[in-house]
Formats: sequence, C-alpha cells, structure tokens
Amino acid sequence: MEPLIKIKNLKTRFHTEDGVVKAVNGVSYKMARGEVLGVVGESGCGKSVHALSIMRLIQIPPGEIESGEIWFDGQELLKLSDKEMRQIRGRDIAMVFQDPMSSLNPVYTVGMQIMEALILHKNMNKKAARERAAELLSMVGIPEANKRLDNYPHQFSGGMRQRAMIAMALSCDPKLLIADEPTTALDVTIQAQIINLVIKLQEEMGMAVMWITHDLGIVAEMVHKINVMYAGFIIERGNVRDIFKKTRHPYTKGLLGSLPRIDEAPGTKLVSIAGLPPDLVNLPTGCPFYARCTYRQDRCRQEQPPLEETENSDHVVACWRWKEI
Amino acid sequence: MTIQNKAKALVEVNNLKKYFPVYQGLIIKRHVKDVKAVDDVSFEIYKGETLGLVGETGCGKTTVGRTILHLYQPTSGQILFDGIDLTLLQENELRQTRNRMQMIFQDPYASLNPRMTVGSIISAPLDVHTSLNKHQKRDRVQELLEIVGLNPDFVNRYPHEFSGGQRQRIGIARALAVSPDLVVCDEPISSLDVSIQAQVVNLLEELQAKLGLTYLFIAHDLSMVRHISDRMVVMYLGKIMELADRNDIYLRPFHPYTKALMSAVPVPDPEMSSRREKIILKGDIPSPMNPPEGCNFNTRCPIAEDMCFQVEPEYRELEPNHFVACHYA
Repeated sequence: MEPLIKIKNLKTRFHTEDGVVKAVNGVSYKMARGEVLGVVGESGCGKSVHALSIMRLIQIPPGEIESGEIWFDGQELLKLSDKEMRQIRGRDIAMVFQDPMSSLNPVYTVGMQIMEALILHKNMNKKAARERAAELLSMVGIPEANKRLDNYPHQFSGGMRQRAMIAMALSCDPKLLIADEPTTALDVTIQAQIINLVIKLQEEMGMAVMWITHDLGIVAEMVHKINVMYAGFIIERGNVRDIFKKTRHPYTKGLLGSLPRIDEAPGTKLVSIAGLPPDLVNLPTGCPFYARCTYRQDRCRQEQPPLEETENSDHVVACWRWKEI
Repeated sequence: MTIQNKAKALVEVNNLKKYFPVYQGLIIKRHVKDVKAVDDVSFEIYKGETLGLVGETGCGKTTVGRTILHLYQPTSGQILFDGIDLTLLQENELRQTRNRMQMIFQDPYASLNPRMTVGSIISAPLDVHTSLNKHQKRDRVQELLEIVGLNPDFVNRYPHEFSGGQRQRIGIARALAVSPDLVVCDEPISSLDVSIQAQVVNLLEELQAKLGLTYLFIAHDLSMVRHISDRMVVMYLGKIMELADRNDIYLRPFHPYTKALMSAVPVPDPEMSSRREKIILKGDIPSPMNPPEGCNFNTRCPIAEDMCFQVEPEYRELEPNHFVACHYA
C-alpha cells in the first residue's frame, strides 16, 4: 500500500546572525497509514523542526527548506501553493503543541476555537459546528461539554487545555496527527490520562500519529516505530522492540542508559553521555556523535556513516560499528 | 534496618504549616481565605541521606523546601536543624546557621545573575559567610569548579557562555562554597536534557559520597527521585500521603495515590509497559484554595468511601518507618 507520508532527503536551515543553523540534515523515511511513530531526541536535534517542515509552518525567512520532498497521500506538499496547503493543514494533518496555554487564543472561548476548523474545513453552519464541538469535547473526556464550550482557556486546567487541543486537532478526522511533546508540561497522572486518550482515539479513528518527545518511556508504551534523531539526522530507526532490545547506535544506547528506571535495583549507576551535542552552525564533517561516542575510531571523524540495514530490514542505523554494539 | 542505625536526624519537621493569605477588595483588602500550601506536615531528614520529595503541581513540595531553609516564615509548627529551633532564632543568629544549608534551584538560567562572572557568583556566599581574603577566595572558587567538573580557568566567564547542564554545575558549586550540611535541591534537573540529567545526578551522588552531604531532593520525575533517594515522601495538596523507604514505596505502596503515581510512570521497556497495569486517575488536582472536606484525595480516589468525605485520615506509622495517611491502607 502507498505510504501516508514519504519524506526524501529533507533539509531545513535557519539563516541567523551567527551563521546558518543546520536544523534538519537530510531526513528520509516513510510512514504507513494508521502507524504510530515516535520521534525521539534531545533539544536541538531537529525533531520539532522536521515536523514543522511537514506542516510547512517554518517561517521563511529566516527559515528555509533547502531541499527534499515531502509526499503526503500522493501530493508533494512542498510544491503546493499556500492556499492549497491551508486546505490540508488542520484537515488532513493536525498538530498538538507542547504548551496548551500559548497555543490556545486567550480571548476566544474554547468552543469558538474548536468550531473555527469545522466551519472552515467542513462547511458546517454555526449550530451544527457547536453540536459537533460539544461531541468532541465529551469524546476527549471533558465533563459537561456543552457548558464548557463557553469557557475561556484560563478557566481550564493544564490537562483540560491539552484535551481541548486534541479535540480541536481531531475535529476534521485528520489522517495524520502530529503531537509535539504534548505531555511535557503536565503532571504524571495527567500525562497518563492524555496518553491513554490518544491511544484510544487512534485505535477508534485509525489515524496515523507522530509523537515527538524526549521521553523514551512514553514511546515504549504507545508507538509502533521509532526514529531517533541527533543533530538533525536520523541515526537509528526501527520497531519499538528492536530499538529497546537490539539497540545498535551508541547514542540510543547512551540515552537508554541515562534514564533511571522506576523498577531498578538499588545502587544502579546511571550511564551518562559525556559532553554536549554539536553546534548546528559548525557541524563536524564525520559522524555527528563522534565527540561524545565511546566507540569512536578514526574513520568516524572523517566519514559520516550512512543509514544501513541491520539483520532486520526495518531496523536501520547510522554507525560504522553497529555490529559490535 | 539501616535507617534505624543512622537515625540521627539533621532536620526535624513537626506539624509544619505554611498558609499564604488571599486578599480581596480593591481599596480595603480583606483577608478572605488562605492557600494551605503546606498543611500539618511532619518528617525527619537523617544525616547523610537523600530524602526524595515528590508530588504534582501545587502539592506544596517547593514550599516545604523553602520553609525548611527559612526563606518562608512558617505559619505554625517547628523546624529543628541539628537540634536548633530555627523559628526562635534572631535574624543574625539565623544567618549564621544558614551557611550550613544551601539550595540548588530549578532554572539554571534564572538563578544565575547574567551580569556577574562565574567567579563572583560562586564567591558570593564566601563574601557573606567567611572572612577569606581575595586570594583564598579565588583558590576556593577554582577548587569548587574542579569539584563540579568544570574547567577552573572559567572563573572570568559569564553565565551566557555556558549550556544548561554547565550552568547547573555552577549553581551546585555555589551551593557547596560554604561547605553546607544540608542541600535542598529543588527540581535541579527538570529543565535539562536526558543525557545531561544523568551527568548532573551522577555528580550529585559523587559529591554526596565525597563530602557527606544530606539532600532534600524535590522533583516530580518519580523514576529519577527513586534513583537518587534513600527514602521518599509523597505529597498531595499540602499533605503527606506516604513516607517510606525507596523500595517500599515502589514495591509495596499503601496509599491509593502512591499506587496510581507509581503506575503512571512510563517505563522505557516495551515488554514491561505492556504487561504493567496502569491506574488512570480521573479528573484534575483540586485547587489548594478549596481543598475537599475529609481526605484531600477523595475527589480522585478509586477506593473512596463515605468516611473519606467526612473524616480526615490520620497520618500514622503503619509499619516501622512506613507512614501513610489513608483510612483504608
């Protein structure tokens, strides 16, 4: 079957006073319909920028999508006009952001904001849109949804705001939901509620979900596939089990080692990764992880390893020495 | 138990309450009610241990930390630091005790003055609490930088030249400058990236082993708190729900809130997490301005009964060194 998303060699840059920030450096992958993909990495690894590039929400200038193709459902998104892109954004691809307070407009009621997409994309009249909005709010678990439509965002708690954002994103039955760290600002018990909700809705509606996070614990619970990103590159990609059980990249391994586990034995020491991620203005020529890697050799400094298939053709890794890891 | 053997308490907190008054009215401000940020909390911190303090937003964990350091005046209750009742001290006596307790802050960007060099930031507590001369101070600052894993030649740099993790190291060096006994770490790693978090936590553990520090480690990241702590306190809406050894609180939690909290922590292991049973709590945390009657967890508790809505549960020692506040535990 035709994949839902096919990204080829995507490169996104930002032109700043300090030089050109190479945020995304040739990312290629496919995502199937109904797939749940986790995009994992630390700050500045390009995970959000790559998602914003798919949504074409990169501000140009200073941003620039230097090269690449993004095929979504048979259309090349980068070739569409702004008007055509607006038709897709919100209807076929929806996004939920990290901070629910700053992504909701404080001077409109929550109801108005959910209805906006319905009126715009589904040609509903106000009355039908309001009914649908109430349905959506109760679907995401907000009690007394009809009354709550007339509330302003400040009358909602953090978890409820994020639920409202999800209701808004799902209002037009998107084919792809991009969730950019939607639970980072929330407490653990509320985070568990939101994850549960998204998993349930994904199963009911069959949409594809891209969950961007720095928390490997969350992706272990809910996704099918994982892209691990570092310095704007995908450095490892595979099924959840392969990534966690047959880790092949030293960085992924380091990330797993630096996480304490709630079920760990006493006296366990965390394995930290020394050093800092590279400066995206002056990327090193060889492997981007070279400076922090414990497996490095001379070759790694000179030549950048390509993404190679491992024993399992679904599991790819960019490391010269993956066989030894 | 090992805890019994080293049962010398460095800090003793007895029935601590901290209320923040709420005023209403434009011209005549009336005191209408109180936010009960910390409401009748008692616990001890033993010498050389790490006590983890966890809880969700608004549970009062930061207020507890700050009140122990006397950055807030307690509304009522007693705080004994090495046997000294801090609430009875005069201002200048308090200042002399303060160099024995220091704090590491959450935000490494906001807690370092951008106009001061690293050297002057770290030597600020030395100016207040010691009578070292200029050269001795510079030597001490360089020694501290080395202890926290930074290059001692960085003394003349400014905070903006450092990354988040490095700044947190500067904050740690500043806290250690006066050789304190107690360090209150208020979410010291939550603004850092995963790989950097591990660096800072390892550093804190090394320093504890080397210098014999006592930590009060406040955070909302349960797996990290469990990793670093010897014992853990779980707070909810200004009250302690449960206090126990790090293993007991994870393996044998008594309080329904602790159970839910522990089950909600994502485990980075797909097999484990599919096997694990999750307890998903309903609803949100009530506002600390209007806490519910009876047990303050009753609005979200999966096992709440009539009694929980009327009678506040007693905080009691259910097993040796395992305290819990629940009628049905």
